[in-house]
Amino acid sequence: MVLDNIENLLEKYENGETSLKEEQQLKDYFSQETVAPHLEMYKPIFCYFLENQQEQFTKHLPLKTKKVFNYKWLSVAAVTVLMVSIFNSYGKDVISQKDREDYGKAKAALELVSKHFNKGVSKVNYLGTLDKAGEQVAYLDEMNNPMGRIFKNN
Amino acid sequence: MTQKEFLNIVTPFKDKVFRLAKRLLVSTEEAEDATQEVLIKLWNNKKKIGEYKNIEAFSMTMTKNFCFDKLKSKQSQNLKIVHSNYQDHNVALQKQVELNDSIDWVDRIMKDLPEQQKLVIQLRDIEQYDFKEISKMLDMNETAIRVTLSRARKTIREKLTKTHNYGVR
Repeated sequence: MVLDNIENLLEKYENGETSLKEEQQLKDYFSQETVAPHLEMYKPIFCYFLENQQEQFTKHLPLKTKKVFNYKWLSVAAVTVLMVSIFNSYGKDVISQKDREDYGKAKAALELVSKHFNKGVSKVNYLGTLDKAGEQVAYLDEMNNPMGRIFKNN
Repeated sequence: MTQKEFLNIVTPFKDKVFRLAKRLLVSTEEAEDATQEVLIKLWNNKKKIGEYKNIEAFSMTMTKNFCFDKLKSKQSQNLKIVHSNYQDHNVALQKQVELNDSIDWVDRIMKDLPEQQKLVIQLRDIEQYDFKEISKMLDMNETAIRVTLSRARKTIREKLTKTHNYGVR
């Protein structure tokens, strides 16, 4: 008999011994419109379970693809910046034609100045002989010595 | 792993995660937040997903732990869980107001159950997991689960019978 079976199942159910299949039988039975009056109080339990199975999670899931910063690329960028800057400054270092001309002119002017300067210096060179004469007169100092001795007693 | 692949893995059980969270946290919003948190944690560890034997059981365990932490921190802060979802039983399943009332009673009785019993009832009677899976999720042996389950079922029935007999609704 169906009712007997259900009562049996209920007992097993309360002892935690029913299988999932048997529990489904109970749920099916109690989701009917009419159940045996003395089992009425079980109805809300199983209806509650069935109803709770329906609830769904509807909230949006913000799944961000996490961006992991890769330090490898930092070094690549650094090397690139370095190379670009070297290349640029290298281009600037190349001496232009006009610079070369200016440089040549300046050099020529300085050479002229130094040539004339040297000429002037050589003209003043004879002053060296004056020095020589001065040295020769230095022996006069020696005369001071005996004179000191002479005038010591005074 | 792309978002789509991830969603394909997660979709079959994300509602179960949500319902479990709601069973423990009561409030719908809290449960939604918890579910989101759990799924995002999974997403962030998506590289390791292949290593887990049973991703569903793993997620359920994670949800359980997450909710327990949440409840604990609530308790320590002396805050009550505020929930505004008292009326959400308008599924066509129950036509009579009377039955509707009794279902609300079941809901109230369930809320008074100890956490462990809530968990077991949720996983067994609502999500219909077999005992092996439940024991994996809750890290309990099957006998203990059966005992807890039996206790919970009896409590619900007894309390419901009481309200039935007293006519207190």
